[in-house]
Amino acid sequence: MTFKNITNCLSIIVLSLMFALPVMASTEHSESHEEEKFNVSEMIMHHIKDAHEWHLWGGHGNSTSIYLPIILVDEGLHVFSASHFYHGEHRSAVDSKTGEKVDYVAGVGPAAAYAMFHEKIYKMEHGELHFEEGHVHGAVKPLDLSLTRNVAFMLIASLILVLIMFSVAKYYRKNGAVSPKGIAKFIEPLIVFVRDDIAKEHINEHKYQRYLPYILTVFFFILICNLLGSVPLIGTNLTGNITVTMFLAVCTLLLTVLSGNKAYWKHIFWPPGVPIALMPIMIPLEIIGIFTKPFALMIRLFANITAGHIIVLALVSIIFINKNLGWAGLSVPMTLFISVLELLVAFLQAYLFALLSALFIGAAVEEHHH
Amino acid sequence: MWGSVAAIGAGLAVLGAGIGIGRIGGSAVEGIARNPEASGKITSTMIIAAALIEGVALFGVVVGLLGANQ
Amino acid sequence: MDLILPDYGLLFWTGLVFLLLLFVLAKFAWKPILKAVNDREKNIADSLELAEKTKAEMQALQAENEKLLKEARAERDKIMKEAHETASKMVEESKENAKKEAAKIIESANQAIEMEKAAAISELKAHVAVLSVEIAEKVIRKELASDDKQKELASKLAEDINLN
Repeated sequence: MTFKNITNCLSIIVLSLMFALPVMASTEHSESHEEEKFNVSEMIMHHIKDAHEWHLWGGHGNSTSIYLPIILVDEGLHVFSASHFYHGEHRSAVDSKTGEKVDYVAGVGPAAAYAMFHEKIYKMEHGELHFEEGHVHGAVKPLDLSLTRNVAFMLIASLILVLIMFSVAKYYRKNGAVSPKGIAKFIEPLIVFVRDDIAKEHINEHKYQRYLPYILTVFFFILICNLLGSVPLIGTNLTGNITVTMFLAVCTLLLTVLSGNKAYWKHIFWPPGVPIALMPIMIPLEIIGIFTKPFALMIRLFANITAGHIIVLALVSIIFINKNLGWAGLSVPMTLFISVLELLVAFLQAYLFALLSALFIGAAVEEHHH
Repeated sequence: MWGSVAAIGAGLAVLGAGIGIGRIGGSAVEGIARNPEASGKITSTMIIAAALIEGVALFGVVVGLLGANQ
Repeated sequence: MDLILPDYGLLFWTGLVFLLLLFVLAKFAWKPILKAVNDREKNIADSLELAEKTKAEMQALQAENEKLLKEARAERDKIMKEAHETASKMVEESKENAKKEAAKIIESANQAIEMEKAAAISELKAHVAVLSVEIAEKVIRKELASDDKQKELASKLAEDINLN
């Protein structure tokens, strides 16, 4: 059976990518600081940004993480475990403009030529990095195709999505067009909802079928990433990453622009019912409008999901800021409330992204009758 | 210093969006109260309008975020 | 700041994974699922239509049945009536026949009786005549034993002839 093969292949690919390299959970003991002050914004920023490790628990001196494989394209392919950075050499440099001390990590072993600063990998010159105004100066940044936490999360989420959808498809393949049971009973209303209320409603009746696979995929991809993103330990801020939302928005933009018909372009380059004197203003506005719509899509998803993660983490941090378990009485109910709200937001944002994509595409393919 | 200015800017953006979405929600409720049969259509239109306003507000927040990092 | 700057490595992976996902799901999930859903919806619509049609057909059939039944009933009534008629006619006929037969029998019986009667009468007449002759012979022998009486009779007879 073809789809079983594909499922197997996918799981093998993911597993081998994750475990073929010397990836292992380890506990890191650094030199004993006095109890470090809990830095909320650093912790939150660390969570919502991408990383080369999958941090599970623990703080600065004593943390447990899964080190993910690093893939660098720098005159050939360099593949090694991220532990060569996280267990690398801690170094300091002096900022050449501000004179402040900046800490970075130089790699060891196969990562010896590289250094990591704020999760970015740089190629060191003469064994060190130079800093100017808090930024790395002059160092080459090799193309970093690492399986970062976001990538690993995306692979897991996609795998789960594929498994769910394949089992639904299998159900129908086995039983024919009967009323659904089991997981198909849960998924089918969602698919019908996307088809009827999102695609069919906003895209021309005869053309929506061409765009339906994209809209369905976008909807379910965002939905499953949002939902899994709220789960402790595996939760990752993937749909709150500007790169991911940008890619999805660019897909919508390309679909809109490439499927735009004559009426659509005429509407942009010669808006009907506008006095000629206003054309020099209207035409640039319309052209900018092509890009601002998907841009808003990108920002909306990014900001909503990131904000959700920040709020949940900030509320949990109340306990740690006050260093008193009693604050859990305030923190836990509020976190629960926000988490439930995030559940709604997860659906709402997936719906909105799919809906607005359908709306933009629909406007591009609509037959105008003036 | 810039961080505070950015925070005020973000707050202002959110204020405007709050007023806008509030008006949309109020009008939608009014509309549904007058014509309960059209509630589905009104709700989806309301969500789209709210999302568009929210998008603008988020631009403000992101610009604020950019400013805060200066 | 790098929160809102794209990362090329992640962009590469996102593109790869998403496009792969789009392809795989479109081919192996959306297509069969949507086909099944569409098929089912069509099935349901068809079934409803069929049910509606069947209902109409049933109604037509029922009407026809009713008609047939009515016709059959009428036919039955007709046949029954005819049968009744035939039966009564037959009864009438047989009655008539019987009557006729009876009349015939009675007539022939009457005839026979008449004949017997006639025969009996004629026999009786013969007897009576013989007896009368015998009686008359005796009477006459006695009456005409004297000559007076023979004279009286002759005169009487002559009288009768005159009168005639």
